[in-house]
Parts: sequence; C-alpha cells; structure tokens
Amino acid sequence: MGLQIVRPDTHINFMEKRKLGLILSLLIIFIGLVSLIFKGGLHYGIDFAGGINIQVKSSQEVDVKKIKSSLKESGLSEVRVQRFGMDTHNEFLLRIPATKVNPETVRGQVEKALDKSKGSNFKIQRLEMVGPKVGSDLKNKALKALFYAVLLISIYISGRFEQKWGTAAIMAIGLLGGLYVLQLFSVPLSYLILAALLITLGLCWYLRLNYALGAIVALIHDVLVTLVIFSLLNKDIDLTTIAALLTIIGYSLNDTIVIFDRIRENLRSKVSRPLMQIINVSINQTLSRTILTSGTSMLVVLSLYILGGGVIHDFALALLIGIISGTYSSIFVASPLLLGVGPTPEKTKETNEAVNVS
Amino acid sequence: MTGNIKWRALIAVVVIGLGLFYALPSFLPDDSFVQSFLPNKKVNLGLDLKGGINLTLGVEMEKAFENSLDRMGEELRSEAREKKIFVLRPHSVGHKRLQFILLDPSKSNQLDDLVKRLYNKELRVDKKETLERGKLQYTLSMTPQYITKLKEMTLDQALKVIRNRINQFGVTQPDIRKLQNNRIQVQLPGLQDAQRAIDLIQKTAHLEFQLVDEEADIQRAVKGIIPPGDELAYLYKKRADGSYNKKPIVLKQKVLMTGEHISDASVAFNNYNQPYVAMSFDRRGSKIFERITEDNVHKRLAIVLDDKVYSAPTIQEKISGGRASITGQFTAKEAHDLAIVLRAGSLPAPVKVLQERSVGASLGQQSINQGVLAMIVGGIFVLLFTIVYYRVGGVIVDLLLCFNILLIIAALAGFGATLTLPGIAGIILLIGTAVDASVLIFERIREELRKGMSPAKAVDEGFSRATLTIIDANVTTIMAAIILYQFGTGPIRGFAVTLSIGTVASMFTAIFVSRIFFDLWLQRKRPALSLYL
Repeated sequence: MGLQIVRPDTHINFMEKRKLGLILSLLIIFIGLVSLIFKGGLHYGIDFAGGINIQVKSSQEVDVKKIKSSLKESGLSEVRVQRFGMDTHNEFLLRIPATKVNPETVRGQVEKALDKSKGSNFKIQRLEMVGPKVGSDLKNKALKALFYAVLLISIYISGRFEQKWGTAAIMAIGLLGGLYVLQLFSVPLSYLILAALLITLGLCWYLRLNYALGAIVALIHDVLVTLVIFSLLNKDIDLTTIAALLTIIGYSLNDTIVIFDRIRENLRSKVSRPLMQIINVSINQTLSRTILTSGTSMLVVLSLYILGGGVIHDFALALLIGIISGTYSSIFVASPLLLGVGPTPEKTKETNEAVNVS
Repeated sequence: MTGNIKWRALIAVVVIGLGLFYALPSFLPDDSFVQSFLPNKKVNLGLDLKGGINLTLGVEMEKAFENSLDRMGEELRSEAREKKIFVLRPHSVGHKRLQFILLDPSKSNQLDDLVKRLYNKELRVDKKETLERGKLQYTLSMTPQYITKLKEMTLDQALKVIRNRINQFGVTQPDIRKLQNNRIQVQLPGLQDAQRAIDLIQKTAHLEFQLVDEEADIQRAVKGIIPPGDELAYLYKKRADGSYNKKPIVLKQKVLMTGEHISDASVAFNNYNQPYVAMSFDRRGSKIFERITEDNVHKRLAIVLDDKVYSAPTIQEKISGGRASITGQFTAKEAHDLAIVLRAGSLPAPVKVLQERSVGASLGQQSINQGVLAMIVGGIFVLLFTIVYYRVGGVIVDLLLCFNILLIIAALAGFGATLTLPGIAGIILLIGTAVDASVLIFERIREELRKGMSPAKAVDEGFSRATLTIIDANVTTIMAAIILYQFGTGPIRGFAVTLSIGTVASMFTAIFVSRIFFDLWLQRKRPALSLYL
C-alpha cells in the first residue's frame, strides 16, 4: 500500500476542541473588525474607487523616496509609491487618487517627472486608469455578482445538502419574496446582500435545513476571514479579490460537502452512535483526503504566490488564505454547528412532507 | 462492465485525440509540417499577456443633442424666413430643449404648421410664452423616440469613425465594440504608444472654414466686446520647444464649409521639408470651395479644427480643382495622424476616456514567463506528491492531470476563448484542486479494501460512492465561475473560463477515464490492487 499521511485507525477528537476553534475564529474576525473600524472600512483599489495605477520599471536600483520627491517636484504630491514584485526587479507601483490629477495628461506628467530623476531610465510598463463612473459601475457589478452568488448557492445547497428539493423551492420562494419586498423600498445593493444572507440563515433555521445552515455559516466565515486579513495587511479590495472570494466560496463548499456527505452516510448506518462520535468519525475518515486536497491546492497557490509575479500576487494571497480557512471551517465551523443544531431529520416514507413543512 | 470497456476506452481516446488536435497548434510553429493538418486556431492571449491598450470611451451625448438642436434651429429659421416668418435666436437649452423667439405672434399658427411639417418626429412644442411687445418665446423638446434614435445614430457614427481611424493607423486585430450606456470599448493589441492612440481617437476632427473679420478690434474682443456675428478664436503657432503660442483672432461666425466634403487627406512636404496636410474635396466640396474663394479674394480664410485656428492664409485668387492644405509646424507624426482623422471623418460628439488599461509587451511576456514557471513548479510538486502517496495510482492521477491541462488548452483554442493572466492562475489552481476528484475515489477504494472487500468490489464501491460527492462539490465551483463570467471584466472572465472548463475536464477524467484504467487493471490475472494504490 502506498504512503499514508493519516493512519486508518486515527481518531482525533475534533469536536472536543470545537470551543478552541470557535475562540480562534472569533478572535481573528474580532481583531479584523476592530482594525476595520479604525481604518474606516475596507480599502478599495482603483477598480472600485477610481484612480490611476502606474507600474514603472527602472533600469537601475532607485530609492522609493527619490521617486516620490521627483514626482512631488512636478506637482504630483499625493502619489503612493511602493515597490512591486521582487526587490531585484526595480519595479514600482505609483497609485494616484482619481480626484487629484487630470487623467488625460497624467501619463505625460509622470513620464516627465521620472525623466528628471537623473541616473536611471524609467519605463511605464502598465497603466490603469479607472474613472469615477466606471469605478462605481464596477462596484455595482461586483456587488451584483456577490448577490447572485449568495442567492444561487443558498438555493442550491439548501436543496442539495438536504436532498429535499421541495423545501429548497420553498426556501427559494421565501428568499426571492423577501428580497423583492426589500427592493420595493429601494434598499441599496450592499444591504440587499446582507439581507439575502440573513433571510437565508433564518429560513435554514426555520425550515430545519441544518446541513445548509452549517455550510453557509462556514462560507461566510471564510469570506470574512479573507477580507479581514486583507484589511490587516493593508491590501486593496479590487475585482480580482472578488474573483478570489467567489472561488473561495466554491472551495469552501466543496470541502464542507465532502465531510457532510460522510456524516449523512454514517448516520444511515445501522449501528446507532451519538452524533458527536459520528461527526468525529466522519471527519477522521475523510481526513487524509482533506489533507491531500488542501495540501496540493496550497502547494500550487503558494507557488503562484511566490513565482507568479506582482500582478497576480494579491490574487494568490487571497486564494491561499481562503483555502486554509475553507479547510479549517469545514471541521471547526460547519461540523460543530451541525453538532449544535443536530442533523436535519432524514425523510422516511411515513413522515415525508409532514416534517418538512412544519 | 468488461463488455463495454472497449467502447469507453474508445470514447476516451477520441476525446484525448481531439484534445491533442486542438491543443497542438498553440505549441507548434506556424510553418511546421504537422501544422498544415491541424486547425488554424491558437490560444488567444488577452491584452494583459500580449501587451496592448484597452480603452473604455464614453460618448458625450449631450454635445450630440446640442449639435442636433442647433442644426434644427438654424434650418427652421431659414425655412421660416422664406415664408416671411421671422424667428430670432434659435439656441439649445440644457441639452434637450430648443428655444427661439417669434417676432410676429400672429404667425404663430403658421409656424406651428412648419414645425410639424419639418420635425414632426423629432420635436414637440412644449410651451409658448409671451414676452414684451407681444413676442412669443417658443420652447421645444426632443421626442423620446428621437432621443433614442439620435443616441443610437451618434454611437454608431462614433464607432464607425473610430474604427476607420484605427484601421488607417494600422493596428493589427483591433477590437472595437459598443458597450452599454453610450460606451465604446477599444482594444489595441501590441500597441505601445498609448497617448498617441488616445489622441488619435479623441480628436473630434471637426474642420471648419471661416472668414477672418479684419475690421474687428482684437483688443476689445479679448475683453469680451465682440462685434455681432463674430466670434473670438485663437491661432495656434508652435514654438521650437514644442509649446504653443496662442494669438487671438476674430472670425465671422458663419461657417462657409465643413470637413464633411473632404475626400482625401495626406501628408506632404513643402520646400523647407516641413510636413503639412494636403486635402482634396469631393465634387460638391470643390464647387463650394471655388465659390468661397471667388467671393472672398484678398480676404483671410481661417482653417479651424476643433475650435483651434491652424492657419488663416489670405485668398490670392479663386481656387478651383478642390484642393487645400493645412500648415502649422507639424511634426511628421502629427501631420500623419491629422491626415488620418480628416480622412476618417469627424466624431459626431466628443468622446472621453473613462477607463484605460494598458500593458507593455515586455510586462506581458514577463507575466507569461512567471505564470508558466509557477505552473511548472507547482505542477512538479503535485506530481511528486501524488506519486509518493499513491505510487501506481499516483501515476494515473498524474496522467489524468496532464489530460486535464491538454483539454483546457484544447477547449480554449477550439472555442476561441481568451487566456488571461488570471486564466493562467486558474489553470494553476486547477492543478491543485483537480486532484481532489481522484483523491476522493482512491481514498474510498483504500477504505473499502481495508474492510476486506475484493479489489473489484472495492473499485466499484469507491467510484459509485465518490461520484455523487464529486459532482456536487464541483457544481458549486462551476456556479461561482458562471457568476464571475457574467459580471467580470476581461481578465476575470478568462479566469472564469479556465476554471469552468478545467472543472468539467477534471470530472470527466477522474470519473470516466480513470475508471477505464482501473477496469483494465482488474481484468489482469490476480490484481493486487492494494499494493499499488
């Protein structure tokens, strides 16, 4: 037999440590939210806030301060200059707020300013200018993407996890109805997303879709952790971050589905055991798969993070955080929650609809 | 199971063969011998990898509305004059309304009829207000149908003009298309000089010929006292250092001729080897120009482009033959670009750059190199990891992984999808996550073997139990990818495309192709599966 990371008779009592997990998750999210409040919210990149990013490459080693001062001399004072990618590449990213310059002339202005800083030869490698109108459009699009992701995925998992598509239909109708009413009052999209989440959680609770409840809480956890760590690291939130978040949602669900499927299977077996034991056994049975899959996923994302270059850096970072959090949350968020609320009663022939609608 | 294994193997071979057929052209040089048997489609690289300029332009519709209202106002005035109805000061108000004053209120009904006859579809009389001495002030507004039509026409015209200019500029494979909200997207692969492209596109290129009012007092005009029927403009002269010298000049407001009659424009050089733009007019333009020059000999004719006076030469004699030139200390590049915009026609309304994303070709190549490096390093780790863990089973996983990548590239090339940097990231991510499907199956088989099941039974059980989980787990990823595709911009769409293609491919290989390997293995004598998985 091939190598085994996890011995078949492994039995780690994960559920015993669930309080530790809860404390850890809450701590990260709490620290993050506090720092968010101090920083005045998430920091949006130019995709959403509008503005200009210019990536320049210098032929020689230059000091960031020197670039800043020569930009200042040319009247570009509010430019954030930072090193980009590897130190040896002499690449820099200039970030210019949209309101401070005329976007139509800024290229020439920057070129002129950098020409003046003697001794090195600068080249503009990348320029991204997003006007305020396009910025707010893109923000709207991103919010819409998140909104539809929440909608679709809520409906899918409430049907899929519970194998009760009738209940999922009730869920969908409830969710869409609630959102329709809110829309009549022209609630902004960001609140609509929040409302969709709350309605989904409420409906899951009310309809006793407990597997779905666990999965949704876990993916909210993963998205929050990623956002919070991004904010702690002073990273900008832009379109690629949103793409990473949606990918993380997919990954997180994937991971939860595997464990929950095993729990359901073990519940069906004839030997009746306490739920806590069943959950523990299920996590242990899938543990080697969990480690293998998250291991290979992390390996490739780590290689992307280290070798993929500056442009893709933040994207890889978000994926890395998301994969770690997604793996963790299946075991320490979704499963304990299921333990707390109990599994959704399996439908038997006698109590088919009666249980569901109650 | 054994009966249909040949068929399943055949399907797998056909799919992989098709994969090779579509994927190979992206790796072979164009002129290789094998290439002549393969489809002529390579993976299309996005601008972030190829280098190039991506612009989102906004057409300023207000200006188009204003122009249209002013034109209709002028037309209405001259039509009315022929009927002895005197209309004063037609002008546009707030982009959507036309106002003018009717001197003799008794002709109000007649004027209404005229408006109806001329602009029944375009304009509607909103209100008539009585001013001092019985004058009537008319306010007209554009009908919603006309606004829609005008918007559409303006956008189409702008698109056509921009496309013309880009084509004449000589960019290979430009992509110019309409977007929502009066926007136009312009993608120029491989172009380096973004500023020049933007200048070329943005120039309204509205050319007008107007007479210079020699009697007007320029000093007083600069202070704002402009004789009626005149307007103040500036003559731009280029200095040696490239900056401009602005000289005020008073022009007669009446436009004698516009650039719409230009049939051709090209760069020429004078005796001092200085470039200028030579224009020729169409037949009607030639006639108009001949008449203008005949009527105004010894007067100065200003050539006004986008409200800047380029030159104001004195007309020496009647000019027939329909030729004129614009001089003004151009560089050869500027003259070249000016000739293009004159040939391609003027924009119906100004356009503004709302978004620009340009990437230099060197950075694009660097991104490709770094992405490929990350893919190879990550890939090798995964290959080693799976082989150490599953031995022969690992070899199967790795083979499947290679098929996956092959199928992704084939699908990208075959469907003409675009590979972007996030798309490469998507492939890298897939190398890590695609293993999951096989892992789920293998782990399950191992488990069943441990329970003492026979290899054949264990394989059967492993596949059937893991398949549903695999499909479900992947559906969520595909859902996320579809949403990303719907709402994402170019590079993100590339990510969504590779993610969904790769996920489907990984399900196919893990569930379908991998099963064939196992069944073939089981057909051998005494399959000792546990030793190899």
